[in-house]
Amino acid sequence: MHQAIIAEGLSKSYGKEKILAVENLSFTVEAGEIFGLIGPDGAGKTSIFRMLTTLLLPDAGNAKVMGHDIVKDYREIRKTVGYMPGKFSLYQDLSVEENLNFFATLFNTTIKENYHLIKDIYEQIEPFKKRRAGKLSGGMKQKLALCCALIHQPTILFLDEPTTGVDPVSRKELWEMLKRLKEKGITIIVSTPYMDEANLCDRIALLQHGKILSIDTPPNISAAYPDLLFEVKGGKMSRLLNTLVAFEQTKSAFSFGDAVHLTLQDANTPAQDVINYLAQKGIEGSSIQLIKPTIEDCFIQLLKN
Amino acid sequence: MALPVITTKKLTKRFGDFTAVHEIDLEIYQGEIFGFLGANGAGKTTAMRMLCGLSTPTSGEATIAGFDIYKETEKIKKHIGYMSQKFSLYEDLTVRENIRFFGGIYGLSRKELKTKSNALIDYLGLENEANKLVASLPLGWKQKLSFSVAIMHQPKIVFLDEPTGGVDPVTRRQFWDLIYKASDDGITVFVTTHYMDEAEYCDRLSIMVDGRIEALSSPAQMKIDLNAASMDDVFYQLARKAQRQE
Repeated sequence: MHQAIIAEGLSKSYGKEKILAVENLSFTVEAGEIFGLIGPDGAGKTSIFRMLTTLLLPDAGNAKVMGHDIVKDYREIRKTVGYMPGKFSLYQDLSVEENLNFFATLFNTTIKENYHLIKDIYEQIEPFKKRRAGKLSGGMKQKLALCCALIHQPTILFLDEPTTGVDPVSRKELWEMLKRLKEKGITIIVSTPYMDEANLCDRIALLQHGKILSIDTPPNISAAYPDLLFEVKGGKMSRLLNTLVAFEQTKSAFSFGDAVHLTLQDANTPAQDVINYLAQKGIEGSSIQLIKPTIEDCFIQLLKN
Repeated sequence: MALPVITTKKLTKRFGDFTAVHEIDLEIYQGEIFGFLGANGAGKTTAMRMLCGLSTPTSGEATIAGFDIYKETEKIKKHIGYMSQKFSLYEDLTVRENIRFFGGIYGLSRKELKTKSNALIDYLGLENEANKLVASLPLGWKQKLSFSVAIMHQPKIVFLDEPTGGVDPVTRRQFWDLIYKASDDGITVFVTTHYMDEAEYCDRLSIMVDGRIEALSSPAQMKIDLNAASMDDVFYQLARKAQRQE
């Protein structure tokens, strides 16, 4: 398998104060994989996308996309990539159909020629093809944007936060679509602030402040978690959490849905000690079990270092 | 049982022949953390606008913080706080100026403003940033400041519209610590979120589908009722039934 993206030492800073958005970043994306850039706002996700899609020049470093240099061969790259920015950027005053036609024409192709690529997605918005893009709901806008990014049959697709602000059902739908596009041989690089979506990617880079905290497959990142991780349940969250934070054996404790995720200073401490301590503090009937760390656990752990 | 601070009966909003919110019944108590969930387009924003006194219902009744939703909207606005991810603070005012501005809007006196500003800056640990532009703060800090500003006037209820979108997981949890504290102080927290783990942090929650409230109970009860392994599963089971094309 060859590499779809090779980035070496990419850096970008903005403004007079030279605030670093991306700092000396190197990574590769294999052809045919779904690669996730996972990180909060300000981690540098959009800057990375804009450099790789030739919309922004790096201050230092270089990168190749499908073998083309992002500075010298920008024309070639623009022909081969599909890019869906985080902000809706289609023509609000054109209809669904007109937008799609417009993007097809820009790339010297027709809707008909590449219809097989967008069929599954387009069928869902086709009943509204005469409607202006600006009048579509969030979910439909997104489907249209995806169709427009695919209509020239790109070999690599860049999706910048396609699921931000989207409800869990629509998020799930979008990931289903991405999986099907991957099966058609398209390399996908996608960014998201939702840690639970990491598991849907083949490999991920965890990003914070323009730097990579970790880069690997989701199972390998989980496996690299340095401590034993426990899930503790019992009573009201705020009380349980505060009580566990105050426990002298606690290394870290944070809320996680209906449970507290806990690591202990000493790996040899019996789990029963935690239950006994909680009972002592008036929290009866609590439970504890060893669990596999999620990507969010790993991210929190990496942030603390 | 604590006092209800939000009560609605068959609250409905129609736009032409489209019913955005259909006969919703809510009773939310003092100090409660109430999660208001639903798919995009389910009617959450419309419902929330009515509860804040910004949009007049088509029919039904509601009392917010003791005031009538038709006749006393100005009083409602004084007794609630509001924060959304999109509009929160003025980027080109400093931290201190923002606090003074919003405090002034919420009707705090000059003296109150001074003591509260200092207390707030101290509480958030923003002493070194107090005179810097809000634009220069990291997003997580903006969100914490924005929340604190929204409850500066000790409202009965604070409405939070997706307050933690895009924030890193550590800051997100720190934000929830602020929510717990407000709730302990007796402020009712009405919050929308797309993070299902945050739904678990609520005392009770409702899930809206096609303008109606399809489920309303504690997160634990909801999972039992629907025989679901996780909140994600609960949400998925309910929201996928949605018929309407937004």
